[in-house]
Formats: sequence, C-alpha cells, structure tokens
Amino acid sequence: MLWLALHLPRLPIEVFLRARDPAVGGSAAAPFAVGEAGSPPRLLIVTPEAERLGLAPGMAASAAYALAPDLVIRPRDRTLERATLDSLALWAEQFTPMLHVAEPDALLLEVAGCLRLFGGLDPLADRAADDLAHLGFDPRLACAPTPTGALLLVRNGFDSRITDLDTMRARLAQLPVDGLAVDDTTVQRLRGMGMRTVADCLRLPRDGLARRAGPALLDHLDRALGHRPDPRAPFVPPPRFASRVVLPVPVHEVEPLLFAARRLVGELAGFLAGRTAGVTRFTLRLEHERRPPTCVPIELSMPNRDAAHLTALVRERLSRTALPAATEAIALDCDETQQLAPRNFTLFASDEVTTEHRVALVERLRARLGHDAVHGLEFVPRHRPELAHHESEPGHAIHPTATPPRPLWLLATPEPMASAALHPLAGPERIESGWWDGRDAQRDYFIATRTDGSVVWVYRELDDSAVRWFVQGWFA
Amino acid sequence: MSAPEPLLDALLLRSRLWRGDTRADVALPSEPTGHASLDALLPGGGWPRAALTELLVAQPGIGELSLLVPALARLSRRDAWIALVAPPCLPYAPALASAGIELSRLLVIRVHDGADRLWAMEQALASGACSAVLGWPTFIRERALRRLQLAAENGKALGFYFSAGEATSSSLAALRLQLHPAAPARRIVAALHADARVPASDTTDSPPGTRGRDATFTPPLLGIRVLKVRGPGIGRALVLDVRRPFAQTQVAAAPSPARHRAAS
Repeated sequence: MLWLALHLPRLPIEVFLRARDPAVGGSAAAPFAVGEAGSPPRLLIVTPEAERLGLAPGMAASAAYALAPDLVIRPRDRTLERATLDSLALWAEQFTPMLHVAEPDALLLEVAGCLRLFGGLDPLADRAADDLAHLGFDPRLACAPTPTGALLLVRNGFDSRITDLDTMRARLAQLPVDGLAVDDTTVQRLRGMGMRTVADCLRLPRDGLARRAGPALLDHLDRALGHRPDPRAPFVPPPRFASRVVLPVPVHEVEPLLFAARRLVGELAGFLAGRTAGVTRFTLRLEHERRPPTCVPIELSMPNRDAAHLTALVRERLSRTALPAATEAIALDCDETQQLAPRNFTLFASDEVTTEHRVALVERLRARLGHDAVHGLEFVPRHRPELAHHESEPGHAIHPTATPPRPLWLLATPEPMASAALHPLAGPERIESGWWDGRDAQRDYFIATRTDGSVVWVYRELDDSAVRWFVQGWFA
Repeated sequence: MSAPEPLLDALLLRSRLWRGDTRADVALPSEPTGHASLDALLPGGGWPRAALTELLVAQPGIGELSLLVPALARLSRRDAWIALVAPPCLPYAPALASAGIELSRLLVIRVHDGADRLWAMEQALASGACSAVLGWPTFIRERALRRLQLAAENGKALGFYFSAGEATSSSLAALRLQLHPAAPARRIVAALHADARVPASDTTDSPPGTRGRDATFTPPLLGIRVLKVRGPGIGRALVLDVRRPFAQTQVAAAPSPARHRAAS
C-alpha cells in the first residue's frame, strides 16, 4: 500500500479565492480574509496582499478593519469546504479508484497499483500538484505506506515521498507530540510526562503508555507506524458530477465568471478522465442574490472531455448570455455523459483530421452563431430547382445521381431581368411541376450570358403573356 | 561537448536521418488547381497551402467558384471540412455534387455580421479540421488579415477570400488574383466578320433562344491576372476555360424543349 496525501492547508480561503483570477487581481485586488465566528470574530486566513498591510491570522476583525478599511471578510464556510473536497475527490478519481476524503482539508489516494500507469510516483505526484494548481489550490503532498502516516507527515509540513515502512517510522519518530493530531488533554498529559517527540512515546512500555495516555493514542500510533491495519472508507462517488464555486465578491463582468467557470471545467475534465467518459450535456448555473439563477445549458453533439474545448464552448455561451444581476456563485452540473472509447496515442505527430476535430469546429461555431447558422448541404430529388436542395446536419448528405447543368449559386428569390441584356448559351429546358401543392412552376430555363460577361440561369413563366425573365442562379 | 557536433552535422548532411521535426515542412506546400496552365503560372504548382489567397471578383457568375472546383473536389475526398463562410448566394447542392464535390464534407456557415464572418473564418482556418475555407468578408483590415494568415498556417488549410476590392490596394495574402470575364478568341473573330452583332443592341422582347443564335458563339472564359505571388509571376495573365457545365450543351435548334413533366 502506498498512500499519497494531498493536503490543502489554505482550503478555507481557497474555496473563495480560486474563483478570482490572480493575474487580474494582483495588488489592485481588495485584500481578502476568511474569518471565524466568535466574540470577537477573528481572522482565520488572509491573502498575501492583506498580510502586507499588517493583517495576520488570529487578529480581531475590528482591528483588521482599522488597518485595511477596504478589507473583505467572508465567514468560514465549512459546507462549501466539504463540498469542494468532494468534488476534488471526483477529480482525483482519474488517478486511482481507491481514495478517501480526510476531513477537513486533505485527500488520501492509494496509488501503489497505478504507479506504472503514470510512470512512477514522482510524475504522478507532480501531475496531481500541477492539476491542483490549475484548479486554484496550493497543495502540500506527502507519500507514505500508511494513510495515517501520510496525513501526519503532510500536516506537519513534511513533503516527503516515502515508500518503505522503516524510513517512514524514522521520520514519524521526529514529530513533536502536538503534531500527533490527538486531543489537547492527551497532548497536555504527554507533555506533563516529559514527552517531546513521538520517539519519546515509543520508548515507553506499551502497557504503561496505554494506561497513562489512553488506548486511543496507542491505537493511533500503531496505525500510523503500520503495526495495525488502518482501513479507510473508500470515497463513494455520487452518480452525477456537480460542483460549485463561490465568488469572493459578486461580479457583473463576464471575464471573472469565465475564470471561475474554467476551474469547474477542469474538475469536470478530471472526473470524466477517471471514468473514460465524455460529457454530452452540462449546465452552468449562475446564482444571483434574490433572483432565480441563470441557467446556461451547453450541448455537445459528440462526447468530449477536453478541458480546452469545453472552456471554449463555455466562453462563447457566457459571453452571449445577458445576466440580470451580479453573480455570486457558479455551479456546474454534468447532465449527460457517454463512454468514450480509449484512444491510442500516435508515435508521430499526425495531421490526420478526426471526427472529433470536425465536430469540435461545428460546436464552437454553433456556440457563438446559433445552431441554425451552421449546416451542410444535401440533394432532394425534386424537379423544381428551389426545392432540389436542402440544409442538412453537417456531415450528412444525399447525393444526386445525375443532374442537368445547374448553377453553383442559386438565388433565394429569383430576380427579374431584362431580356435585352441576355445572350443564350443553352436551353430551353422545360420544368413543369408542383400543380398539386400550390407552388406550380411552368418554366422554360435557359443558360445565358449577359453583356458584362457573367453567365446566368434564367427562366420564363410559360403562362406569362408579358414574357418576363427571371434570374435564378449564377454559373459562378 | 564539442566533439559530437561535427559528427551530428555529418550525419544530418548525409540525409539518412529522418528528423521528426521537419516532417511538417515537408508536407505539400501547394495544392494543384486542376488547371494545368494556371498551375504552371503559380510557384509551387498550385494554390498555396496553409496560406491565404485573395480572389478579386467584381461581379458574380464569371466562373469564380468553378475555378476552385477541381481542387475542392479533390480536397472533399479527405476527412476534413470545406467551409463556406457567408456565401453571397445559396451554394446549390445539385451543381456542387455533379462537379464532383463530396457534399457531406461541405460546411456552410451563415453569418451576417462583419466581425462574426472574420471570427468564423479564423476559427475554421485554425481548427485543423478544414482542408479549405472560402470566405466572403464584408471588409477586411490588415490586422484581421494577419490573424487569418496565422490561422491558416496553424490549421494548414487553404484559405480563399473573395473581395470586390481594388486591385491597387495592398494585401497580406500570399496570392492575389484578379478575375474578370474574358471573351473567347473565336467570338472576337466572329464579331469582326459579322459586323459586331452585340446582343445588347437587340432590343426585341423575343426569348433569348430565338435570337442571336450564332454558331461560333461560345461562353466567355475566365481571365486571371496575378496581382501578387510569392516568387516570380506578378503581372502575368492568362485566360482559362474553367469547364462550367454548359460548355458541352447546345442551344436547341428547333423550339422543341426537353420536357420534364414531373412526378416528384
């Protein structure tokens, strides 16, 4: 067994800040802090900008406002933290099927079985860290053969990647007793006994330690050191993917929304990768204060899990959505997924255009221009020229068998033209059809050249005594 | 570290080594136009690939699309779209199909706004999912053109855009051709002998099939003048028969039209 612990020490503030673009924010962004309720309410975590103004965790909120009047303090939201951890667990399923949510701020991934797939522990851990950074988190990683050991190491600031029990035991022995994650009275009791590190505890006889500090401590140490089994409840994924980010301050502009939505799409991509699936329909829900949320459904004609493509679709749709009020939070619900067949990577870069490429283009165009603006062409076996073609779904077409000469351009409505300017090249071709559907056509068609050198397709109505000529197409 | 470099150079010079990173450049720099005389005029022997071609057309119906048809028909057999962005009229499926173009590869994008037309062209060019993109922009500025050119390079697509622009204005396109109707040589001879039977002088309202039936009359050809090209050939011109479908047909001698009594 090998457990990778992903620890998010700044999770309480990151659940808000991940929705804010650091590039746009920078020093111009208002200082931000997460506070803990109490009397007086105190700051829990602050941003680096706020720290530069002299704010620090533990400071009373009133004192903080005195130092930085434009400070934004959000109360800590444990429900959101838990929900964020859960959606990160969905994202982490791309690495391993066995994972455990270690509340309040860590994920445990059992990775012994999937090291080979990712090319070893370091590539896997680096990829997880990079991905988390893209999702807006600043993770600490540690690896150890026991889950409790990995958690203890990472929460005490060791980012060691240990794969054997002996090294881990030696490293754990250096931990101070207050880093053991046991209750305060036990820590006090151990300190009263003169114990400073875990090694001090381990030198005591086991029965004596159990009697004086309680059996729970011994059990905890045994699990950490790998002397006792340490089963962990595996994370059970919900049937559907849903995730939500809360914006630090409500926004009216689309650009910050896009940034926050990108975080959600990144999580969705990880979730889909974990189940070799692609999304075919998802909904962005923009939550407003005292107004019903704006729902932006996004449909794909082919399952896809490419974060860049999904982000591009979201960008086009969001930039065309009118928002009734400032947005406070964005949620992404994945409505429909489909299994994707796994694909082999090619050894050499290939210029081959795949169906996915073609569909991706159609979707991107339709996301901005509307569904009907992008279409294919197909033939319809009718004699009347204006009925002999049809807009089709791109990629699907019916081909004609053989047709008489027809122009490449057809005019949607035939235009009248003086016959004087025409010189015949071919014709006439008589087309009589449609007496039954009210659009009767009795026409003689000619191909004619005009004095300006262009070639047109003209017709004359047979029952028209005035002999008027109409242009219906151009031989472009 | 200095020793291996001459060795490497020697190996590369012998060209026994196949270098992966040069593969993209080895790909065809141009796509044959399907017209031998035009191919001979263009450096690379065809439409420049991964680049923009500007076609200046003052009026529709002179064979401007037929000029591209042989190349498009060949490209449509590949697995990539041929995108038509904002065509001025309806592209007519029966004619396109009988010209040999695979209809299922055509993608028509109906868009009115000028900026959206350029956006759609750029997306199509850059996507890598199109073998050719034909666009009819309303206006095109230099900066937009630069973006399109870059998109064509990235997507390795043939980009064509049609403009009614002035031949004198400058453009960033790799190739600029001015298209105009050209009278066939035979017609000029006939006109000289027959004392200029210009149809415009005929003002009767009789149907065109009964008038000006001149055995020597053939449809106008397409004149092409090269305004800009990468390499030699600027200012050269040629007259091309772009093989429009009516070239083989004749005006019926007797007024007994082919009847299509339909049952569709």
